[in-house]
Amino acid sequence: MNLHNFLYGVYPYIALSVFLLGSILRFDREQYTWKSDSSQLLSKGNLRVSSNLFHIGVLAIFGGHAVGLLTPHGWFTALGVSDMAHQMVAIWAGTIFGLLALTGGAMLWLRRMFNARVSAVSRRTDKFILSWLLLTLILGLSTIPVSIGHANEGNPGVMIALAEWVQSIVYLHPNPALLAEVDTIFKVHLFFGMTVFLVFPFTRMVHVWSAPFGYLGRPYQIVRSKRSFR
Amino acid sequence: MKVRAQFAFVFNLDKCIGCHTCSVTCKNVWTNRKGVEYAWFNNVESKPGVGYPKQWEDQDKWNGGWELKNGKLELKSGSRSSKLMNIFANPDLPEIDDYYEPFTYNYARLQNAPLSEAAPTARPLSQITGETMEKITWGPNWEDDLAGEYSKRSKDQNMHNIQKEMYGQFENTFHMYLPRICNHCLNPACVAACPSGSMYKREEDGIVLVDQDKCRGWRMCVSSCPYKKVFYNWESGKAEKCVGCYPRVESGMPTVCSESCVGRIRYNGIMLYDADRIEELASTENEQDLYEAQCNIFLDPNDPEVIAAARAEGINEDWIIAAQKSPIYKMAIEWKIAFPMHPEFRTLPMVWYVPPLSPVQSQIDQGNLPVGPDGAIPLAGSMRLPVQYLANLLTAGKEEPIISALNRMIAMRSYQRSVHVEGKADTRALEKAGITEEMALEMYRYLAIANYEDRFVIPTGHAEVTLDDFHGFQGQNGFTFGNDTSAGVSKITLFPRRRKESMEPKELAPSADE
Repeated sequence: MNLHNFLYGVYPYIALSVFLLGSILRFDREQYTWKSDSSQLLSKGNLRVSSNLFHIGVLAIFGGHAVGLLTPHGWFTALGVSDMAHQMVAIWAGTIFGLLALTGGAMLWLRRMFNARVSAVSRRTDKFILSWLLLTLILGLSTIPVSIGHANEGNPGVMIALAEWVQSIVYLHPNPALLAEVDTIFKVHLFFGMTVFLVFPFTRMVHVWSAPFGYLGRPYQIVRSKRSFR
Repeated sequence: MKVRAQFAFVFNLDKCIGCHTCSVTCKNVWTNRKGVEYAWFNNVESKPGVGYPKQWEDQDKWNGGWELKNGKLELKSGSRSSKLMNIFANPDLPEIDDYYEPFTYNYARLQNAPLSEAAPTARPLSQITGETMEKITWGPNWEDDLAGEYSKRSKDQNMHNIQKEMYGQFENTFHMYLPRICNHCLNPACVAACPSGSMYKREEDGIVLVDQDKCRGWRMCVSSCPYKKVFYNWESGKAEKCVGCYPRVESGMPTVCSESCVGRIRYNGIMLYDADRIEELASTENEQDLYEAQCNIFLDPNDPEVIAAARAEGINEDWIIAAQKSPIYKMAIEWKIAFPMHPEFRTLPMVWYVPPLSPVQSQIDQGNLPVGPDGAIPLAGSMRLPVQYLANLLTAGKEEPIISALNRMIAMRSYQRSVHVEGKADTRALEKAGITEEMALEMYRYLAIANYEDRFVIPTGHAEVTLDDFHGFQGQNGFTFGNDTSAGVSKITLFPRRRKESMEPKELAPSADE
């Protein structure tokens, strides 16, 4: 097995397994460590801008990747979305939300590294994961000129290959050969992206699982009883 | 009617001497840990003053508590959806400097410094960064005994409607202490604001707690509590608050702040209330009626109907008896001398305060004060502490209940004075204040003597009722087999480990024989 086949045939499964099992184990065993780990108390600064830009950007990009890569090609054609239209939406949405996330993320990174209080209380994993996410973002944004090149040639082949590769992983028929012709920058971005899943359970990222939508439908007051019968 | 029991407090401000013993015992028991060095579940403020955190009473600034929006009770910080929209950065969260940057001192320097002309100094070190701090600028009672400039202290919210300039003059200065803990509210805004549903009120005793495992650190409780008594532990990333010393209370002991109070100003007891009326009464339209509204939520523990309903709810017989002997019920309902702090926040707080009388002896000696019917004790309205100030603090600005309470306390003194100084009982002041001789004697016993067993009427938690098999559970406490304090789990973990050591200077002082 060569490196290519390992990275795009085996590594995704390692990353996904660790992501899922690690999350479950940590939730079960170390619930006290499961938190957003906010440092807003220590420095409010420009968090209103930076944190919102970063979170909105990253969530939109995540949603875009999920829809764009996991929807079978046949569904898009059935819905009347042409490949070129799909590609243009991906380029535009990726650019806009990518830049939002990058702006916010860069501000957060500067704060994390150079704000005396925030830096002092940060764990190594906090600094690592933010830096890694930023690198992944920069790599993702660097694929856009290449995608624009493909779009100008009227060639959606790379986009379709990427989506089919992701689907091959999900359907448990890994087909790394699909990525053979894809530009290197995409492959590096893929590696960084998969690594985010790999390290996810060991970082503060786990708070994503706990997005509190249940709050919207909950009565305001909560009363707990110690009585085990009644 | 749904009867619930509430573990409640009264603090008699008339006797608070501002010694901070409550704060120190609480600190030593609950918050001398990394991440909460800055948090004081109990603190004592000097009033007038802006307090800790700065300006905590100003809800235009912090948006804590509840308000009526089109007649409907809603969190002042916004609806559920607006909470989620603001979850990435809470616009109302205080910053650590609003409390203070926690500090220690480099004491070893005093002994290790090389010989020099000037005496060495122990400089403050930040317990967050470990770096030397230039200057300490705030603390949990920075304005101790009226320290600081009047122009800053008088930004106190309770100075609203009061002629500030007048009270800035030395001759007119007034001062009182305000010890504060979590109010364990009947309608807690912190619980309502928690997106993950980790905060809760205990059904049995009404103590409000944070489930440390379920808390995700969204921080909405911190900003929504109008008393700023939920704190963010910056090390654990979880919310922490006064736990009402529940392990002690469950065993029938008073909270550690109450037990250690040298002035005997703290009372712990049970109140029965109607949980079905919380929303209705907290939605009372006029802010100034909220104090009376809250009085109406309490149930008479001697009423046979209430007793039957309490039994039907499974409330233990001990608890009903405790409610009948409750010092809180006597002071808040029977004598009407205790009041909730800032009822206008609409949380229905359960720490009530007896307003302070002012020191007046020299004024009386000089004949400067108008006196009551006995010709010796001054009128409430003529005291050094402006009644409006107390009313702003305790009754949303309504003066009558405060004046009535002060008059009753003065009448009790006047009566006791006549008995002990004149040698015969003079009940004129009592009649004017609308209390009987019997009541005055009881007030004297509770307020002046304040015996331990009168101050603390606390039934135990009755674990035998809440546990399925309490014999089986015996002997299980005192050991933990979890992954926190036990050594039974491998030292290596992939998940983030708690850093437990608070920042202290590592440099050691020389030993005596060196």
